[in-house]
Amino acid sequence: MNDSTNTDSPAVNHAELAREFVRDQDRAHWHDQALWFVRSKRDRMMQLLPEWEELRHHAAQIKAHTLSRLPDYLEQFESQANRLGAHVHWASDAAEHNRIVANILSQHGVKRVVKSKSMLTEECHLNPYLEKRGIEVVDTDLGEWIVQLRGEPPSHIVLPAIHIKKEEVGELFHQRLGSSPGATDPEYLTNVARNRLRDEFLRADAGITGVNFAIAETGGFVVCTNEGNADLGVSLPKLHIACMGIEKLIPRAQDLAVFLRLLARSATGQPITTYSSHFHGPRPGGELHIVLVDNGRSELRQKEEFRSALQCIRCGACMNTCPVYRRSGGHSYSTPVPGPIGSVLSPAKDPHRHPSLPHACTLCGSCTDVCPVRIPLHHQLLALRGELAKNGHLAWTKRLSMRIASFAFQRPWLYRFGGAWARRVGRWTPRFLVYGPWNKWGKQREIPPLPTQSFQQLYQLYELHKVRDVESNRPISRDTS
Amino acid sequence: MNVHLASKGRDGILRRLRECQVAPVDLPTDQIAAIRFNDPVRQFRQVLESVGGKVVEASLGQPWQDSVAQLTVVAENQRICSACPGLTQANIDLNQVEDPHALDDLDVFVAIGEFGVAENGAIWVTDRELRQRVAYFICQHLVLVLDRGQVLHNLHEAYARLSWGASEFGAFISGPSKTADIEQSLVIGAHGPRSLTVVLTDGS
Repeated sequence: MNDSTNTDSPAVNHAELAREFVRDQDRAHWHDQALWFVRSKRDRMMQLLPEWEELRHHAAQIKAHTLSRLPDYLEQFESQANRLGAHVHWASDAAEHNRIVANILSQHGVKRVVKSKSMLTEECHLNPYLEKRGIEVVDTDLGEWIVQLRGEPPSHIVLPAIHIKKEEVGELFHQRLGSSPGATDPEYLTNVARNRLRDEFLRADAGITGVNFAIAETGGFVVCTNEGNADLGVSLPKLHIACMGIEKLIPRAQDLAVFLRLLARSATGQPITTYSSHFHGPRPGGELHIVLVDNGRSELRQKEEFRSALQCIRCGACMNTCPVYRRSGGHSYSTPVPGPIGSVLSPAKDPHRHPSLPHACTLCGSCTDVCPVRIPLHHQLLALRGELAKNGHLAWTKRLSMRIASFAFQRPWLYRFGGAWARRVGRWTPRFLVYGPWNKWGKQREIPPLPTQSFQQLYQLYELHKVRDVESNRPISRDTS
Repeated sequence: MNVHLASKGRDGILRRLRECQVAPVDLPTDQIAAIRFNDPVRQFRQVLESVGGKVVEASLGQPWQDSVAQLTVVAENQRICSACPGLTQANIDLNQVEDPHALDDLDVFVAIGEFGVAENGAIWVTDRELRQRVAYFICQHLVLVLDRGQVLHNLHEAYARLSWGASEFGAFISGPSKTADIEQSLVIGAHGPRSLTVVLTDGS
């Protein structure tokens, strides 16, 4: 059971893991701004296309359709891929996936592998599995290579090193690759990586890639990169292994138009990635293996409320816009996919390990607004909270406060009395009583001054004015003073 | 949760998927009213330049070989390979290259782009009659020759034009290889070509 779905692993707590990141206020602010910059670029791109919403609707419907007929499309994909000369493998879980990949590699006597970005292989922890068997794996996406050299997982699915500053990259490269000490120029550092990784590409015995979209109708698949690392990695060695979750399927090649138009615009605000490579069968003299991985996806598909989370095309737009992700960093999620979509996928699959993630959300709904495949993310997060509570995965502090709130909300007199009492007494309560360790909201923020009137009182006043305004035929003013 | 107990592999996955009846959802039937441009070539050029590509327009009636020969990257580099015949500067014959690793020191690769896409500045290329597809990615500078009459408005038009069935590699390339993985600073020349030049011809 060296599977990532191991249900015996202890629960991870988002708030606790975020504490370290939040402590460095300047860095947290810098991280927040960097991601907001990407979100703004996405907005500019989206505004250039009058048909944007139409595209989102189509994308969501195509994916929902594919999921509704997933077993048929998988079989169609398999037979078409076989026809083109590719080998198709099926893996129920992470362990089986790793075994299949390791077997293919050992059959070919592979010692060195170059891998382009694949969140699936992160999810399956393929790297340590192969390394234990004496196979060297090099992640060739620059961001992924940086985090690999640091011995960290990526903190973002599209921008794996978004949490790292150029000074730290300079220091890392100086120590590990012997680049000039104190170098911070991204162009210089990228060139250092280019030269070193060029050697890795040339020495590799096999290339592993992820898959962005697989086409049932043709048996081919598409991989998108900006760096060209996937193409270099699988066009030099003879062996190409492509690993994909079973939800990556789309029915027809023409559907790619919809998804490729949405993907890069949503992800980084580019009109399209530099390379959108369409692989149909192995290259002449080469060998192509495709590994289809379930690892909990078929079970998620059974849950109607969360099924649409499988529509995800891994663009990362929900992370870039999420006020919690931007301020807490990807590592605080402790999942292969962080952010809003990760907070749905991981707890839906393994609630024991990730009970805090659906709570790492303000329910602002921004993720749902930007999602190119219209996954109702914040609704799913709310529903997950309900499920977690029902199944006893809530911390006792939350359970207690919820019980108190529920008791009060069911008794209007108590609610009104409590409010009136708090408004009178609250302002005189000493600080240490208000900002004690029990007040998690007050940790880094000041509670706004208590109003003198309740909402109900204010609303009554507003209604009174409104009637008067209508009678005197004046435009309705919301000013109650 | 019972993945470990359930049967493994193909049969297990298909059985689990078939056990669960999912309400049918149809594919969308309406056509997307996709963006079109008054001057698709101008749009194509603009977008390609915005992503770091260079666009050179061949003069009317000038053979593409002449325009390519005049490019700085071709004039200033030594090892040049052309996927299409007739370029006198070319000194590497791709058909003679047995091992793709031998292309490591390739300076310039010249190839024909089948068509361009105005909305995103992408050019469609394939490995049809091309022995080593790595040439597109391993060269220091990529030059694509494109007929200006072959610039489509959007990706929907592009896929309507493409056909599948053969074992073949095809890619949309939009600009030179790039990365922004260090503090979101854009750097041109990540692993692949450091430059992309598109030579627009009038089809001659």
